Amino acid sequence: MIRIEPRLSPSKIMVYGAPLLAVGLTLVAGALLFGALGYSPTRSMYLFFIAPISDSYGLTELFLKATPLTLCAVGLAVGFRGNVWNIGAEGQLTMGAIAAGAIAVTWHDSTSFLLLPIMMMAGVLGGLAWAAIPAFLKTRFHANEILTSLMLTYVASLFLGYLVNGPLRNPEGFNFPESRMFGDAGLMPLLVEGSRLHIGALIALFIVLLAWLIMSRTLIGFQIKVVGLTPLAAHYAGFSPKKIIWMSLLLGGGLAGLAGMFEVAGPIGQLQPVISPGYGFTAIIVAFLGRLHPVGILCAALLVALSYLGGETVQMELSLPLAVTGVFQGMLLFFLLACDVLINFRFVLGSKRKAVP
Amino acid sequence: MRNLKAVLASAAISLTLVACGDNDTTEQKKEAAPAKKEAVEQKAPEKVEPVKIGFVYVSPIGDAGYTYQHDLGRKAIEEKFGDKIKVSFVESVAEGPDAERVIMNYAKSDYKAVFATSFGYMNPTLKVAKSFPKVAFEHATGYKRAANVNTYLARFYESRYLTGLVAGSMTKSNVIGYVAAFPIPEVVRGINAFTRGIRAVNDKAQVRVIWTNSWFDPGKEREAADTLIGQKADVLTMHADSPATIQAAEDAGIYAIGYNSDFSKFGPNSHLTSSVTNWAPYYVKRVGEILDGSWKGNQDTWEGLSADMVQVAPFHNDVPQEVRDHVEQAKADIIAGKLHPFAGPINDNEGKERVAGGQTMSDGDMLGFNWYVEGVVGKLPQ
Repeated sequence: MIRIEPRLSPSKIMVYGAPLLAVGLTLVAGALLFGALGYSPTRSMYLFFIAPISDSYGLTELFLKATPLTLCAVGLAVGFRGNVWNIGAEGQLTMGAIAAGAIAVTWHDSTSFLLLPIMMMAGVLGGLAWAAIPAFLKTRFHANEILTSLMLTYVASLFLGYLVNGPLRNPEGFNFPESRMFGDAGLMPLLVEGSRLHIGALIALFIVLLAWLIMSRTLIGFQIKVVGLTPLAAHYAGFSPKKIIWMSLLLGGGLAGLAGMFEVAGPIGQLQPVISPGYGFTAIIVAFLGRLHPVGILCAALLVALSYLGGETVQMELSLPLAVTGVFQGMLLFFLLACDVLINFRFVLGSKRKAVP
Repeated sequence: MRNLKAVLASAAISLTLVACGDNDTTEQKKEAAPAKKEAVEQKAPEKVEPVKIGFVYVSPIGDAGYTYQHDLGRKAIEEKFGDKIKVSFVESVAEGPDAERVIMNYAKSDYKAVFATSFGYMNPTLKVAKSFPKVAFEHATGYKRAANVNTYLARFYESRYLTGLVAGSMTKSNVIGYVAAFPIPEVVRGINAFTRGIRAVNDKAQVRVIWTNSWFDPGKEREAADTLIGQKADVLTMHADSPATIQAAEDAGIYAIGYNSDFSKFGPNSHLTSSVTNWAPYYVKRVGEILDGSWKGNQDTWEGLSADMVQVAPFHNDVPQEVRDHVEQAKADIIAGKLHPFAGPINDNEGKERVAGGQTMSDGDMLGFNWYVEGVVGKLPQ
């Protein structure tokens, strides 16, 4: 018999071991699933996890896909640590893309090297401004930020739809809802020639390290964690919860806006009715998969990005349905939650607690 | 809430797909067996690598709708060319960066042709095509071509017009509801052709449009359909990919007209007919050209009833014989060039004359439609 028994203190090993164990179990379960469907488990696992990144192009695509996920998730995680539940990164990303895109479209024939930095600033400000609304409503009227930030996502996507159907529509585009393509000065410089990976990936990496430093080495990082863990203690210590709410929402919004700017000025190169295939929502999963830790988030974003790429490969090679990608992501989360039990509990062999000798 | 629904829906879909996947493999095995036998009988013919052809779909294939019709076209070429080709597809590819990666991966893996089936794949297709001049690219619904990129489109508006004749004859409340995805020219052209058909038989009827801003969103489409029913619509149609509109009509006990696929199985009592798109002839033709080496780029195809690229689905029993005859006659006239859905005089819905009597709209004008014809209620979002 196996019993589950509470640990005396949370296991340090399991805090880091649980996600790895979850990934391992997902691989095993995935192989079994493919086997049950009549495909060779080894070949399908190879196609899902190795083939997409077996050449340099595949690697650059992985980093490209992981960049917006990382940026959004790092920003969200700071808020989640402080009990600020920003669910609207998707909308903040969209507003960042709009702000940057509007500038690129307006000055599409500019060749100034200043255009790109200005677009980046606009992207950050766009996302930041959109996140400021829930922050204001929360601090002023105690409106639940989960609701307000989520609702504003739909407002943002409708606003984008209005712009590409109207003011920002390509005048030579037969009335199709798209902006014109950005000029070269409005596109992110590439990191690897012949790929689509741009310097945004490096900036994202830098931001991951910066966020790590802020959360572990600065007073504001400490305050966020204390407010999240024990609001009462934070109150006695005189930490201002309003400041934490503003700070974490603005940070999350700004980073999501930057991610939106990277998308439109990177691989998309224009404004279109939909900018993000749900990065802002997937980033919530990524944040928790990465234990709300910036470096963990980076790993989680790479893993989730790989699951999208792998899903495409198995569709192309094995004609497996797209749902396989969803099943994989679902299994990953399921096993992660299940493995989390091991942090505070442990399995013990034997039917009864042994008597002390 | 919508996301929760989406998660549940995708879970349900994945379960069914897992179930279907099993059947598919057994069927494939059955099909593969005789082919092997033949190969043995012919005593080791020259081994010819099959030509690889890839499809990119914007939504799940599902049971009906835009992508489903493209997939029927894919199956038609598989049936026609057998093991001379190897066809694969990727479904639900978001328009934007993901599309470019999928198309790129096809091109890099020695695919000879890629069919990109949604408008938003236009710029990604052109970008990839530039780096792979030897690969044939086919883009549906777009307007940019290149030395190795063709575009193709069906004249949906012809069958829309014919189904409009049915809607105009069957309505009693003279309010007809239209659930539409995006206010782009292609969709507006459908609304206008449908309305022209309605007005040809019933000059009191009005068309009311609700936009969902999504190609596939059963929840929003259902809400839009219910709202239209609330506004006294007694015939519904849609330009969106889910059967939600047909089902809403079925539940409300009114009529509905489908689009892209024959939607009769979703509304046994409500489904009057559908405007059906048939990509098979085009795909068979183009793949044949790729196999015999005669494929050329920079071509645009826009065919309709005369090339069988659009069709009208079988009618519901409630549709009277004289309406059926009228539709048949109009269809023959369109094919013969005697009738055009957009032959003047045409007024817009603000009373301004847009096409003078005796004139017909040019293809270019139809491709850029950004106004409603008389009979549509409301203003086009600008």
